[in-house]
Amino acid sequence: MSEISVGQQSYLNMRKKHKRIVRVSRVAILLSFLFLWEFTANVGIIDSFIFSSPSKIALCFWGMVLDKSIFVHLWVTLYETIASFLLVTVISVLIAVILWCSKKLSEILDPYLVVLNSLPKSALAPLLIVWLGATKTTIIVAGMSVAIFGSILNLYTSFTTVDEEKIKLIYTLRGNKWHALSKVVLPSSIPAIISNMKVNIGLCLVGVIIGEFLAARDGLGYLIIYSSQVFSCVV
Amino acid sequence: MEPILELKNINYAYHTLEGETKALTDISFSIAAGEFVALVGPSGCGKSTLLSIISGLLEPEEGLIKMNGKDWKESTMNIGYMLQHDHLFEWRTVYSNILLGLEIQHMLSAKTRAKANELLELYGLKQFANSKPSELSGGMRQRAALIRTLVLEPDLLLLDEPFSALDYQTRLSVGDDIGQIIRNAHKTALLVTHDLSEAVSLADRVIILTNRPAHISKIVPVTFTLEKDTPLLRRNAPEFKNYFNIIWGELNQNE
Repeated sequence: MSEISVGQQSYLNMRKKHKRIVRVSRVAILLSFLFLWEFTANVGIIDSFIFSSPSKIALCFWGMVLDKSIFVHLWVTLYETIASFLLVTVISVLIAVILWCSKKLSEILDPYLVVLNSLPKSALAPLLIVWLGATKTTIIVAGMSVAIFGSILNLYTSFTTVDEEKIKLIYTLRGNKWHALSKVVLPSSIPAIISNMKVNIGLCLVGVIIGEFLAARDGLGYLIIYSSQVFSCVV
Repeated sequence: MEPILELKNINYAYHTLEGETKALTDISFSIAAGEFVALVGPSGCGKSTLLSIISGLLEPEEGLIKMNGKDWKESTMNIGYMLQHDHLFEWRTVYSNILLGLEIQHMLSAKTRAKANELLELYGLKQFANSKPSELSGGMRQRAALIRTLVLEPDLLLLDEPFSALDYQTRLSVGDDIGQIIRNAHKTALLVTHDLSEAVSLADRVIILTNRPAHISKIVPVTFTLEKDTPLLRRNAPEFKNYFNIIWGELNQNE
């Protein structure tokens, strides 16, 4: 590794240049968007009452930082999102495992899962309030309801597409179904579980915000609905 | 001497909604301890099905399987099964892949670990014990898969086309390699293959199956008068092509 040839050096330089262009362009797009927004709002091309402007948002945010109210709302939404995310992850892995264990059960439940997954969850949220009351539980359940059915379907699919021959290997080593699950199916599904978690955290946030729209005293969703009702783009 | 494995009139059929496919009819043969038997036949004739039945993964519809003189359900005989692909798990190191069978059978102990280490050393994989399987060549992977089977000390080894996923050159050397390992360890083995020269170079007896539904068309005993009887030397021996032609003729006459 002591000597770097000319060809290798020019390749490294090219890679470095490529990375620099990507980084600079990313920042440039964000800055020019903010600048355009601020500029057009200031000279009156767009109405800052309807579209707000970056400086107004920054001022409002700073005001909420000073009186610390933003932290309360952030914390509440974060807590609810993480709670529903963790519950979704654990429950969907468990249910997917149960479905994997029983082919009969998975065939019986398949249409129900598809229907439940395609239900518009935001339409269910008012019902959840009636059933569970206007509490944090309702909001966490609302967050879960958006992610859980799709998550079960995806995990179950990835469990069933594990190489049959690998499972046969377990049986040739005198293993049973539990060994097939713990030694093959779960370890080989870890990439699928992780990518599933990445999708779920976003969906849980959406669900939590929907819940907060309808039944909350605090949280980001509450802030959004509050300010839209008082017709203010800055709170 | 009592045969280690005895099959009598085995019948098996696959069932689907479209109907029944007869796979095996009236298969009977036996294998003596220490013997290396090869099973050849046209592709799709049910060779792998037969191995699955012997290993207990499938139950025959009719027929009798005896192991060491006992019915297979009562037999405690340890059967090792080597599949076409090595199926080493990428999320485990080579060493913990080798321990997989021991883990499943709750036989992990200082003694079995020492045995695993000994086999790794013997078959030249010692320095790869902590590598990922992807760092191994095709031949080394197959050797690791063999160790995973051998560490359970099977009385009978079932080999389901274990070399067919390898390229030709590797296949010859790994075949030679693994053939000698099995002979030197005095293991009893049943090899399924569609490669006739592989069968002749490895086996003491070659069982020829017919097209589906498979039955035994001929059993050819294979003996070489070699000072050192290895698969590669067999391929150069004058008897080799005679055996090859006998088996080739038998297979093609059935078509």
